[in-house]
Amino acid sequence: MVHFFTFNHNNIEYYFIWDIESGSLFNVSNVAFLCAKNLYGTLSDRESDLFNKTPKDDIKFFSNEFKLLEQDGCLNSKQSVKSFKKNLNYVKALCLHICHDCNLNCDYCFAGGGKYNSPKDYMTFDVGKHAIDFLIENSGNIKNIEVDFFGGEPLMNFDVVKKITDYAKITAKNSNKNIYFTLTTNCLLLNEDKANYLNEEMDNVVLSIDGRKETHNAVRHSLNNKNAFDIILNNAKYFVKIRGNRKYYVRSTFTNKNLDFSNDVEFLRKEGFSQISVEPVVLPKNHKLAIQEKHIEKINNEYDNLANSYIQKREEGNWYNFFHFMIDLEKGPCISKRLTGCGAGVEYLAVSPSGDLYPCHQFVGKEKFKIGNVFDGINKSEIRESFANNTVLIKENCKNCPAKYFCGGGCASNSYNFTGSISNTYDIGCKMLVKRFENSLAISAIEKIASNS
Amino acid sequence: MKQINIIAKNTFDKNHKIGCNECQASCQSACKTSCTVGNQSCVFQDVAVNKKESDRA
Repeated sequence: MVHFFTFNHNNIEYYFIWDIESGSLFNVSNVAFLCAKNLYGTLSDRESDLFNKTPKDDIKFFSNEFKLLEQDGCLNSKQSVKSFKKNLNYVKALCLHICHDCNLNCDYCFAGGGKYNSPKDYMTFDVGKHAIDFLIENSGNIKNIEVDFFGGEPLMNFDVVKKITDYAKITAKNSNKNIYFTLTTNCLLLNEDKANYLNEEMDNVVLSIDGRKETHNAVRHSLNNKNAFDIILNNAKYFVKIRGNRKYYVRSTFTNKNLDFSNDVEFLRKEGFSQISVEPVVLPKNHKLAIQEKHIEKINNEYDNLANSYIQKREEGNWYNFFHFMIDLEKGPCISKRLTGCGAGVEYLAVSPSGDLYPCHQFVGKEKFKIGNVFDGINKSEIRESFANNTVLIKENCKNCPAKYFCGGGCASNSYNFTGSISNTYDIGCKMLVKRFENSLAISAIEKIASNS
Repeated sequence: MKQINIIAKNTFDKNHKIGCNECQASCQSACKTSCTVGNQSCVFQDVAVNKKESDRA
C-alpha cells in the first residue's frame, strides 16, 4: 500500500510517497508524484487533468523507475506479517498511582480531579513494596524494567515515592535488573529539594504545564493559590536548569479553547524548555473542552504551522524537540513493538493506591478491567489475553492507515471510551495522528535534504 | 532536484525483528494519552532521536 501527501515549506511544495508496508519514504517531483499516484493511488480531478498533459516519455520513464523500486521491495510492497500475539510471559513496567489526590483541579482531568471518581487515597510503602516485588517476580528474563510514579499528584506523597525508589533500586540490583524511574508532576510542590531529588533519581520527569499563562489558567485551577502558574513555571524552569542534557518533557494539553496551540509551544520554547509535548485533550464529545470533528481542519492547519516553525527554528539554531514530531526512520522499534503499541494490559500495568492491578492508568477505577492485585497477583488472565490479542493487525480501521506501524493501533482506553471496545479506534485521534505522522515524515525529509545539500 | 529522492528505504527491514521487549514501554514516555511507538528507538540502536545531533552519545 502506498500513501501520498504533500507539505508546503517556505513556499516550496514537497511531494512525498510513503510505502506503508516497507517503511520507505520518497521525495519526488510533481510529475513523478502524479505518475506514482496514477499507478498506486487515485488521482483527483485536478491531478488527472495535469497527468493527462504529462508527456508519454515521462510516464514511461517513471513507470520503469517505480517497477525497479517495486522489485527492490520498497514500493507497493505487501504486508509481511499477517497475525501476531503479544507475549504474555512477563510484565516489565508498572505505573504506580502514588496518590489519588491532587492540588490542582483541571477541567479536563480524565481522573476526575486526580481522585479517579473515588475517595482520596494514598499508596502506602507496603503496597509500593509489594508492587515492586510483583514487577520483579513477573519480569521473567527481561532485563530492563520500569516504574512510573503517577497520580493525582505524586509529590503529595513524596516520602512514599522516596521509600519505594530506595527499595526498588536495591531489589532490582539484587535481581540483576536495570530499573528506570519516571515521575509526572504538575510542579506546584516541586521545590529545590524535591527537584534535586528527582534530578538525581528519575530517568525521566514529565512536567505538566499548559503553555501560556492564559491557556493554563483557563483550565488548570489551583485549589488555594492564585499565583500557581508563576510558581509552576519557576519550579519547572529550575528543574530544567539543573537537568542539563538528561531526559525530561514539559507536557501540555490543548483543548478546543486553544486551537492555536503552536503559540503555547512557542511560549514554552522561549521559556527555555527544549523537550516539549503538547497533546490533544481526549474527552467525551459533549464536554465543553472536547476536540470535535469540526475542529480537525483547524487543528491540522495548526500542526502545519507548527511543523514549519519547527523546521525554521531548528535550522536557525533554536533547536527543540516536539514529542509528536519525533520519528526514527532508520533505527526505530522492531516489528513486534510496531504491531502491539503501548503494551497496556500485557507488559505494562497500573497499580491503584490500594494495590489493585489494571491494564493501564486510564483504566484504573473501572471495575471490569481490574485484573488482580499486587498481593495475590493476576487473577483475571482473560482480560490480559484480550489485550495481548489487541494488535494493530486486528483493527479494521487500521488496515490501510499510513501510520499503523508508527501508532501501533492507538490507545485501548480511548477506543473503549468512544466505542465500548478496546479493539476499535478513536477516530478523531486517528485524524490528528495521521497529520502529525505526515508532518514528522516531511520534517525528517526536509532536514535530511538540507543536511545533504 | 532529483526526480525521485530516496529519503528512507525498507526501514522496517533494517529494524531488529527479534522482539526482545527490552525497550521502553511507550506509555511510560511523555504523553499517556496519545502514545505512539514510531518515535522510539530500538534499545540496541538508541540514537536518542530527541537530542540534538551534537549532544548524542
